[in-house]
Amino acid sequence: MARLEEAGIRPVAISVDTPEESRNLRQQAGYTFTFLSDPKAEVIRRYDLLHAGAGIEGQDVARPAEFLLDSSGTVRWLNLTENYWVRARPEQILEVAKALQ
Amino acid sequence: MNIRRLNWPIWAGFLLSLIAFLSYFLVFVWFPVTRDFPWVNLLLFVLATALLLVGVRRAFAPDRSRPKLSKIAGVILTSLGLAIFGLFVFATLINARRLPSSQSAPQISQKAPDFTLSDTNGKPISLSELLASPVKGKVPRGVLLVFYRGYW
Repeated sequence: MARLEEAGIRPVAISVDTPEESRNLRQQAGYTFTFLSDPKAEVIRRYDLLHAGAGIEGQDVARPAEFLLDSSGTVRWLNLTENYWVRARPEQILEVAKALQ
Repeated sequence: MNIRRLNWPIWAGFLLSLIAFLSYFLVFVWFPVTRDFPWVNLLLFVLATALLLVGVRRAFAPDRSRPKLSKIAGVILTSLGLAIFGLFVFATLINARRLPSSQSAPQISQKAPDFTLSDTNGKPISLSELLASPVKGKVPRGVLLVFYRGYW
């Protein structure tokens, strides 16, 4: 994630966790980038990423997904994994990031 | 207890099943090569199953003055070991694929819908602000939106 920031890419993490829960996770993991809370899954729904009832207590959560936007907010790359143990690797994202102005 | 009478393949096989299961979530999940497809764990499970089968054969071999308990323990541990294997395959290869199709998610070359959400201090922040405000002193060349499940 630090390498992304060096490449001029701002990482932003989004989940249904409350700001307090996100703050704890961010501190424990030692992350410094932005974490956003979408407790009612409004944005997650707008992006069609809702995984209904899939939370540990049956809550609606986001399915894992990554979008790389250029400075105009246009999607330049995305990853919608088919298996939640399989995630995008930072190298893949850095490769695409290089091509952005 | 006479060590030569102990049916060690059964116990080793059962222990290896446990290790094969737990090591994925504790160790191998941290490395993309062993996480994306759990080949190390599947190999360990194959080895564990082989040990369990050898153990069952030993337990049911005629004579060998093996106590009856050995057969019962053999069947129970082998069943448990195989159940752990099944649970692992379900958790990593079957259940993990039950994800929504997200067909209406923003596609490449589409504009990502703007939004405003609270950061960890409860302060609202919009996507347009995230695209425009500097990162390490420079206007960002892009933003990476990472949606994650939370509640972990």
